[in-house]
Parts: sequence; structure tokens; C-alpha cells
Amino acid sequence: MSTATVDATGPASDGGTNTGVGARLAALANGLIIPVLALLTALVVGGLVIVFSDPDTLDEWGSFFGDPLGALEASWDIVYDSYRALWNSSLGSSRGLSRTLVEATPLALAGLSVAFAFRAGLFNIGAAGQIVIGATCAGWVGFTFDLPTAVHLPLAVLAGFAGGAAWGGIAGVLKARTGAHEVITTIMLNYISYRLLDYALRSDAFQPAGRDDLISKPVADSARLPEVSFGEITVHAGVFVALVAAVGVWYLLERTTVGFSLRSVGANPNAARYAGMSVAAMYVLAMLLAGGLAGLAGTMNILGRPSFSLTGGYYSFIGFDAIAVALLGRANPGGVLGAAFLFGVLRAGSTGMQAATSTPVDIIVVIQALIILFVAAPALVRSIYRIKAGRGTSQNFTTSWGA
Amino acid sequence: MKVELRGITKRFPGVVACNGVDLSVESGEVHALLGENGAGKSTLMNILFGLYTADEGEVLLDDSPQVCHSPSDAIGAGVGMVHQHFMLVPVFTVAENVMLGIEPTGALGTIDRDEARRRVVELSDRYGLAVDPDATVEDLPVGVQQRVEILKALYRDARCLILDEPTAVLTPPEIDELMEIVRQLADGGRSVIFITHKLREVARIADRITVLRTGEVVGTTTPGESDEQALATMMVGHEVQLLVDKTAPDPGAAVLAVHDLVVDDERGHRVVDRVSLDVRAGEIVAVAGVQGNGQSELVEALCGLRPVQAGSVRLDGADVTGRSPRQMYDAGLAHVPEDRQRDGLIGSFPVASNLVLNQMRSRPFSRRGRIDRRAVRRHAAQLVEDFDVRTPSIDTAASTLSGGNQQKVIIAREFVHAERLLVLSQPTRGLDVGSIQYIHRRIVAKRDEGVAVLLNSSELDEVLALADRIAVVYRGRLVGVVDRADASRELIGLLMAGAVDEAAAVEATGDEEVTVT
Repeated sequence: MSTATVDATGPASDGGTNTGVGARLAALANGLIIPVLALLTALVVGGLVIVFSDPDTLDEWGSFFGDPLGALEASWDIVYDSYRALWNSSLGSSRGLSRTLVEATPLALAGLSVAFAFRAGLFNIGAAGQIVIGATCAGWVGFTFDLPTAVHLPLAVLAGFAGGAAWGGIAGVLKARTGAHEVITTIMLNYISYRLLDYALRSDAFQPAGRDDLISKPVADSARLPEVSFGEITVHAGVFVALVAAVGVWYLLERTTVGFSLRSVGANPNAARYAGMSVAAMYVLAMLLAGGLAGLAGTMNILGRPSFSLTGGYYSFIGFDAIAVALLGRANPGGVLGAAFLFGVLRAGSTGMQAATSTPVDIIVVIQALIILFVAAPALVRSIYRIKAGRGTSQNFTTSWGA
Repeated sequence: MKVELRGITKRFPGVVACNGVDLSVESGEVHALLGENGAGKSTLMNILFGLYTADEGEVLLDDSPQVCHSPSDAIGAGVGMVHQHFMLVPVFTVAENVMLGIEPTGALGTIDRDEARRRVVELSDRYGLAVDPDATVEDLPVGVQQRVEILKALYRDARCLILDEPTAVLTPPEIDELMEIVRQLADGGRSVIFITHKLREVARIADRITVLRTGEVVGTTTPGESDEQALATMMVGHEVQLLVDKTAPDPGAAVLAVHDLVVDDERGHRVVDRVSLDVRAGEIVAVAGVQGNGQSELVEALCGLRPVQAGSVRLDGADVTGRSPRQMYDAGLAHVPEDRQRDGLIGSFPVASNLVLNQMRSRPFSRRGRIDRRAVRRHAAQLVEDFDVRTPSIDTAASTLSGGNQQKVIIAREFVHAERLLVLSQPTRGLDVGSIQYIHRRIVAKRDEGVAVLLNSSELDEVLALADRIAVVYRGRLVGVVDRADASRELIGLLMAGAVDEAAAVEATGDEEVTVT
């Protein structure tokens, strides 16, 4: 029991770290191994899909028996070129990296939203709707008022947060007061939010003069997120909002009594109730904050480049990718940041890939789906790579969804 | 049927559940399998019943080796099992439940209900089971449901019957009936394996007894050779004291005063019906009753976990009716819940967090909403020490501890807080003898400190061991409050079964004061 010995010295020395450094690293490696292998496997299978979706390469395979090497070489070339283009336009260049970070920002915030709710035992399918409402509120403040940046930008961000929080809070209150399952209510609230946005986009308050398509006025310069540069990498300030939010969520969950209650309710609502915690209050609070985080995701998207204008039905996919990000990040803030970054890479890289090799952007969706599939079915990855089952690490994220 | 298990070994990751176990049961024999939780009784029987496959060893039925890969193999080979939790379809009739899966069919594959019914009646009569084949299972008392399970096994022609903790859910009179049925089955040439951890039953029913401890056979004996004390020693591995040392109570003023309390369950059924009860400082009042007679709901209502329909609850004179669990906690109530894993602990949280589950929001564990982890850890280390919780560290997830140690975590958390009123529900259910002894001593110590203790237990032995007064509930009503000195096992048993008139007769012969309402 070497870990037990390390444990015993930990609290005495600093009262902070629970486990020794070695044990922590081992736990980290243990937590990373499945996602990393899932990514690897997804890229391999994705490569096969690339081969089979390219007509020229398929022709080579048609004449496989005449020229077997030609078919293999053509396959290798198309996969190599595609992934190279993916790399170059995401991580391999400073422009790519800038785009990756900007793409990852709303994903990280929305992923935090789903992860936060999940820690309180709630499955927030409603990030999509909360993003829409958050972006709508932030955008409206952004293009309606004319204020100095020091007031305008914070006000717009606050409006986005509040809008998302209110939207999420509806599901929380319904759950707490009537027991209505949050999966159902958040899905319904998503539909309502899309239609609300469509409705708003047709109104004079949103539509630019002289246009009748579904697009809003652009956000005023004074409410746009400032650009920040590090050498050749240029991102908007939303990246830092996401980082601060991740630290904030972590601190709230792990270091405060409110977070303790939230996690207790999430892990065992019965015991939480018996211990005198208010399960209903925690549900409402969790959905308020989760909605707020998703609202911020929408806010960063609308106040940051490249959009600045609301369009119909634009935000919904972030809300669903957020579920995948939270799953991949195991509902833990650091993990969510990592997963959001990975998805940002895939999204930033996909357009470059299509431009360079005519490999369709949809391949990225396939790869994302495969990653999630493999993460959700760790037994599958374990059997492919013949890894022995881990020591009961937190797999419960996938097993207790919607329970 | 003769059943023989030879050298059975079964390993699970990190634990050897059975290690070279030999067991032989003759035809016509009632063989008790005795052991604490985790001794390997259930694993062994699940191997015999085909739910697990043994890593080593063999099973012989009537001297021929038999490999059962599934329960249906085992049933085909003549082994029947009555599980602790019944496997019945509540909305089906007895006959339907019995024939389920092997329905006799007539022409065109239609179910021949009359044939099934006829066989149920025949079996029921032959073994004195007295079961109505047309009754719906959910309407039947638990004891009768158990007989339906036995009937199911007999219908499938079981020649060896395994009964897993069959008395846990029965009233004392029902236990008597079960014992008779078991005896008849054995006399008819069947072999019966009776799994239990209750020493008293073993002495009554068993022809032979095999004691298991940590996956190994300690020995096989007979009730004549070994008395309860000897069996307890075999089971635990060291000398145990079966009785709790306690002096006469010195009760003070009433701490808890319940008046005409009425509580409904989720479906609106009245489960606590005008119950009035006082618990005074420095006494232990036990609420005795067969499971499901309203005692759980009574306790939940007292703890603010269930709405009160009518009546009042007073704590130290102050009306606390309808308060929230937190308000009750703040008013001085400590509560050890009935289902420790469901309600008492958060299994995925470390022991340290579980030890402050209901105190995290107060000082010194947090200030201004920020957790002081140093204080939490110091507190946890202290309690683990004081209450002898066996855990690798205070960071270990509570779910990985043994049942006894999980319960000690809850006991530690609640006992520290218990200064006025301590409510305990099934505090030792499913625990080993060592933990039971320990917890009983701590409960008596709390009483001696002047704490009012309300004990809800369906174990009559526990009630008799700890209580100063015994309040018996039957169908939600308080049918009697008896001083421990006047409480015989028989009297309490009759009250628990609702036989108030007979109880009054028994009491009259004892000529002591009993309130029988």
C-alpha cells in the first residue's frame, strides 16, 4: 500500500494535497489514456472514411488487382494530405492556432455548462437554447446601445450571462417544483429559443434597415471583445473569459460549501437530503449557473470574431458539441478545457482540410462522433488495445446520464 | 437429494470469496449454512444455483458431477432457490407466478391454467402451505409470498431447496410456520440448505450446521454439540459477548414528545395512524415491528423527511412539527438512517467528506462559504480514530469500505452531534457480530450520557438487548408500549403480529402493567 503511506504524509505536511505527486500523476495518466486512444482510433477510422469518400482513390481500389501498390499509395496520399492540411490550419501555424483558440472558446464555456450541471446530477441538453438566448441578449445590448466600451462591453456580457441563466433557470425551477425531467424541458426550451430568435430577427429591433433575411444588426464596436496578441497569435478576450470560468467552476465545486452541496446532490440526492441539504435549491442553482455559462458561450460567439451578427439557427451545434466536450472532459473543468481545445483544433482544421484536399468538412463530424463513441464505450477501446480495466476511475459520467 | 460440494474456490478481483469449501447435504436433511456477511455463503449458493461458475472444485448431485452454467441448468438438475428478495410478479396470481416460464400448454399452445392451478393446490396441500392459487401476489403478506416462492421451486420439482436468509422479513409467528414447512419438506426426502446468520434459528431447525468464515469452512457441527455461544465464536473467530452490559435507565424529562402523529405514504395510504410516544432523556425506546408497519415512515416524519398530516412533534418542549431536516438537525436531532448506502453516505465521496456531510456549512469546517479542508481532515482523522473506522485513509471513497465500517462512519458523524435526541434506524442491519457489539456499546454509552434514544429495529434480539421500553407498531398503529422488564419474546412477538388480545392474555398471567391500546 504505497499510496496509503503517501496519503498519510500529505495532510500533515500541507493539509492541501490529498495524494502524493506520484499517485496524482498516475491518476492523471489513467484518466488520459482512454481519451488519447479514442482520438487515435478515431483518426485511424476517420482515415478509412477519407479514403472511401474520395472518388479518385476509390477508382484506384477498383483496379486493385492490376496495381495493388497504386491503391495503397493513393490512399496513403489522400489521408496524409488531409491530416497535414488539418494540422497546418489548426496547430501548425499561428493563424491556425489563433482560430483554434477562438473556436474552442464557446465550446469550452458551453462544455463547462453541461459539466457543471452534470456534477449536480442534471443532464443539461439545453446548452443550445441557453446559448441562443444568451447571444440574443448580448447581441441586442451590443447593437442597440451606444455607450463607452468600459460600460458597453461588460453590460453586454452580463446580459448574455443573465439571459442564459434565466433560460436554464426555467428548467431548474420546473425540475425542483414539479419534478419535470430536465432532459425533456431543456430540449423543449431549445426549440422555443430557436423560434424566439427567428421571431426577434424579423423584428425592427433586430433587423438592419433594408434587409429582410434572418440576420441582425452587427454589434457596435464598443461592445466587441478586444483582440489580444501574443506574437503572431491573435485571439479575442473571450479566451480568457473561458479560462477564468473554468477556474471559477473548479473553485466553486471543490472549495466552497455550495459546491459541496451541489456535488452531494449530484452524487446521491437521498443522502444529501438526509444531511439537510435542499435538493430543490441545488437543482435551481445548478441550472441557473449552467445556463449562465452557456449564455456566456453564446455571448463570446456574438461579441467576438468572426460573427458579430445573429443569424437564424446558427448556434445550435455548439450546444450539442458541448455535451460531447463535457463527456470527453469527464465533467471536470480542466478536462473540459482540454476537450474544447481538441474540438477547436478539429473545427479550425476542417475548413483548411477541405480547401487543400477537397476532403469534406463532414469528415470532422465523423471523427468527433467516433471519439465520443470510443470515450463513451471505454470497454471497446480497452479491448482494442488490450488494456486491463482501470481501478474504478470515474466512469459514471456515461453510465448515469439521464438516470 | 444428496448435494455435495468439493473444494469449491471462487475468486473475485482482490478477494477470494470461497476457498476450498467442502459441503455435503444428505437427503432429508436441513443443513444450516451459518456465517457473517461476506463469509461466502451467498457466493457458495450462487455457484450451486448456477449463477456463478466455480474457479476450482466440483458439484455433485446424487453422487454424479454436475456443471450448472445457469439457474435453468440448476433447476433442471433439481436445485431450487428462494432468494432473500422475492422474484415474483406482483400483479399476477399465485398460480400464474408459479407456472411462469414453464406454463403447461394445451392444444394450439394455449396455457392450461386449470392444470397449473390443480398442481399448485396439490402441492400446497401436501406441504401445508395454505396458499390460495387465485390470490394476487401483491395482496399477500410477505410470509405467504415466501411460500409462493417455495411453491415455485417445488413445482419445478426441486429436490434440493436453498433458502437465503428466509426469516429476515418474517414475523415471529410466520417464522414458526416456516420452520414447520421446512421440516415437512425434509421429512419428504428433500434436502434443505438454510442460509442464515441468526444463531437462534439454527438451533431450532438445523440437523447439521456448517459455519463459514472469510470464505473457508470453520467446521460442521450439530445443534446438540454446539450451543449459541460456541457457534458465535466459530462464526466470528474469537470469543464474543452476546449480551450488552447495561445498567437500569435513569430517565429524565421527555426530550421527544410525539402526539397523535399521522403520516401518509407517497400513494396517500395512511402508514402512521395517531401514534403518541415520548422518549425521555437517558432512555432507549425501541420501536419494534415487522418491516413495513409504518416504523420507517414514523422515523422519517420525525426527522423532517416526510410530511406530517396531523398531530405534533415536540423536541425539548418546542413544537418542531413539519420542520425541514436541517432545522431538525439544528434543533438537536441526530439520525442514523435505515439504508446507509442510499441515505446515509455518498459512496463516491471520501470518508472525510462523509464525516462532515451535514456539518460542512458550519464552523469550523467552513467560513464564509469556503471550505476549510484542514479542519475537515483533522476532524475526520479524529473520528476515524475514536470510532475505530477501518479505512486505508480518510481519502478513501466510502463505498469501498465494508458495511460495518460504512456504518461506523455514519455513527461517528451522528453520535458527535447527538446531544439531545438520537434516532437510529436498523443501526446494525447486515453487520458482522463484532461491529454489532461495538455499535450496541456506543448506543448504551450515549444513553448513559443522558441522550434520548429512539431505536427503530426489526431485529427482535436487538430490541430486547438495547431497549428500556418497547413500543410495538402494527399496521401504522401503536399496539403497545412495554417496559423491558415485562417484555418477553413471546409477548412482543404477539404484539408485532397484531395479536393484541392474545398479548393481553399473556400479559395478564405476568400480572405487570402494560399499556395495550
